[in-house]
Amino acid sequence: MIEVDHISRYFGTVAAVDDVSLEVERGSITVLVGTSGSGKSTVLRMINRLIEPSSGAIRIDGRDTAGVPQEELRRGIGYAIQGHGLFPHWSVARNIATVPSLLGWEKARIARRVTELLELFELDPALYASKFPHQLSGGQQQRIGVARALAAEPAILLMDEPFGALDPIIRAKAQDDLLALQKRLGITIVLVTHDMEEALRLGDKIAVMDSGRLLQYASPQEILLRPAPGFVERLIGGPDRPLRLLSLGKVADLAEPGSAAGEPIAADASLRDALAILLWRRADSLSLAAADGQPPERVTLSAILQQAGRPA
Amino acid sequence: MNRHVGSIARVLAIALLAALLLAPQAFAPVFSPFTENGAPPVYNQGSLLDLTISHLELVAIASLIGIVLALAMGIFVTRPAGQEFLPLSRSIANIGQTFPPVAVLALAVPAVGFGVTPTLIALVLYGLLPIFENTITGLNEVPAAVLDAARGMGLSPAQRLWRVELPLALPVILAGIRLSVVINLGTATIGSTVAAKGLGEVIIAGLQSSNTAFVLQGGLIVGLLAVLVYDALGAVERLAARRAGRSA
Repeated sequence: MIEVDHISRYFGTVAAVDDVSLEVERGSITVLVGTSGSGKSTVLRMINRLIEPSSGAIRIDGRDTAGVPQEELRRGIGYAIQGHGLFPHWSVARNIATVPSLLGWEKARIARRVTELLELFELDPALYASKFPHQLSGGQQQRIGVARALAAEPAILLMDEPFGALDPIIRAKAQDDLLALQKRLGITIVLVTHDMEEALRLGDKIAVMDSGRLLQYASPQEILLRPAPGFVERLIGGPDRPLRLLSLGKVADLAEPGSAAGEPIAADASLRDALAILLWRRADSLSLAAADGQPPERVTLSAILQQAGRPA
Repeated sequence: MNRHVGSIARVLAIALLAALLLAPQAFAPVFSPFTENGAPPVYNQGSLLDLTISHLELVAIASLIGIVLALAMGIFVTRPAGQEFLPLSRSIANIGQTFPPVAVLALAVPAVGFGVTPTLIALVLYGLLPIFENTITGLNEVPAAVLDAARGMGLSPAQRLWRVELPLALPVILAGIRLSVVINLGTATIGSTVAAKGLGEVIIAGLQSSNTAFVLQGGLIVGLLAVLVYDALGAVERLAARRAGRSA
C-alpha cells in the first residue's frame, strides 16, 4: 500500500502540489488525472523521490520513503514514462536488463528474465533482443519501456503518460495489455494521464487534480455519478456521460435468466458494447455466452437503459 | 562511388606522405624550380621523419592534456554543482581561443623558458574551446526522457554520466577533438620559434634563407598530416555515432 500523507511541494513560492493525501491499495490501478500543471506528475515523481516533498510524508507498506536511500528506493519501483526514455545506445536486451544489472543479478538470471519479459510482451526474443531502440516501432518501444520498468519484479509501477506518444489504435491496445498485465502480475500501478477517457478505462480509483490540489479521489463509477462540483463536474459532464457509465459496467452484472436470439455476447463485455449491439440489431435482448451446464442467461435493453441515467 | 574516390584519395595521400618522409631526395626535381642561387631543393638540416615524429608527439601530448582539461571542465559545468561556473569556464576557453598562440609563446617563454613547455601551453590553450563547447553541447543534447528514465530507474549520478551521458555525447565530443587536433597540427609549427622540435623548423629554415622549397615541403607535410588525421578521426566519430544509436 502507498500512503501519500499531506504532501506539498513548492517551487519557489508556487505550490505545485498543495496538501495532497491519498492511499493506493495494493494490487490496484490508481490514475492521477488533470490538466498540465495540475501537479499530477509531481505527485507521481514524489513517490520514487525524483522530486522531494516540501512537507508531508509518503509511506510504502508503512515504511517512510524519506528514510530509504534514493537509488535503492527507485530500483525497487518500476518507472515508465512518455516517449519511453529507452537508452538509444543499448540493445533491447540491455535496456530491459538495466535495473537487474544495477541490483547485481547473475548473468544467467538476467538473460532468463529478459527472455521472459520479451515473450510476455509478444516480442520474439530471437528477433528483438539484439535490436536497438531506433529499429523498433513506437508501440514496440513503448512495450520495451514497460518491460524494462518491470524487469526487477517491482511490486509498484509508476507510469507517467505512458501512452501519450502512441496513436489512438495502438494506444487502445496498449491500455488493454496493461490491464491484462496488471491482472496477471497483481502489481500496484500509479498512472498519470491528462486523458479522462484513459483514466475511466484503466483506473480502479481516479484522483482528479487541479492547480496542485486533489479535488476528488474515488472509483470511476463514483466520479461519473457524483462528481465533485466545479472542475470535476465540468471534466466529465459531457454528453457522453451515460455511455461512459455503461462502459464501466459488465454484462454479467445485469444478467437475468432467459434466452435471446442471435450471436451471444461475452459475460465480461461492457454494457456499452452490449448496448451498441442491441441498437444495431434493433433487438431488445441479448443472450450471454453460457458456461457449460449453466442455465441460459440474457441481458435486456431496458435493464441497460436503467443503468445509464442519473441516479434517482 | 564516392566511397571509392575517398579510399583512393586516402591511399594517395598516405603514399605521398610516406615518400616525402622516407625518400625526400626523390622530390629534388619537383622542388628545384622554387630555389634560387643553387640553394638545396630538399631540406638538409635533419631528418624529416624525425621532425614529423617530434611534431606528432608534441600535438599528441598537447591534445591529450587539452582533452582531459576540456572534458573535465565540460562535465563539471553541466553538473548541478558546477552550473554557476559555466560563464567563467566559457570565458577562459574563449580567451584561450582568441589570444594568439604567438602571443602566448611570447608571454610563456620568460616564465618557463624555451623549448617544448611554452609550446605545449600555447597549444593546450588554443585547442580547449572546441572540445569544451562540444562537450557541453553533447551532454546537453542527451534527451531529457532518457535522463529522466535513468534517474527513475535508480542509476546514481556517476552511473548516469559514464553509462548514459558520455556515451551519447561521444560523437559530438569527438567532433570537437577532431577540430582541436587539426588546429594543433598546424599551430604546432610556431613552436619551432621557441626551439620546440617539429616541422616548423623546415618552414622557418626556408623563410630565413628565402628558400621557398623548404617552406613548401614543411607546409605540404603538415597539410597531409592534417588531412589524414582529420579523416581518421572522422571514421572514429562515425563509429561512435553508430554505437550511440544515432543512425541505422
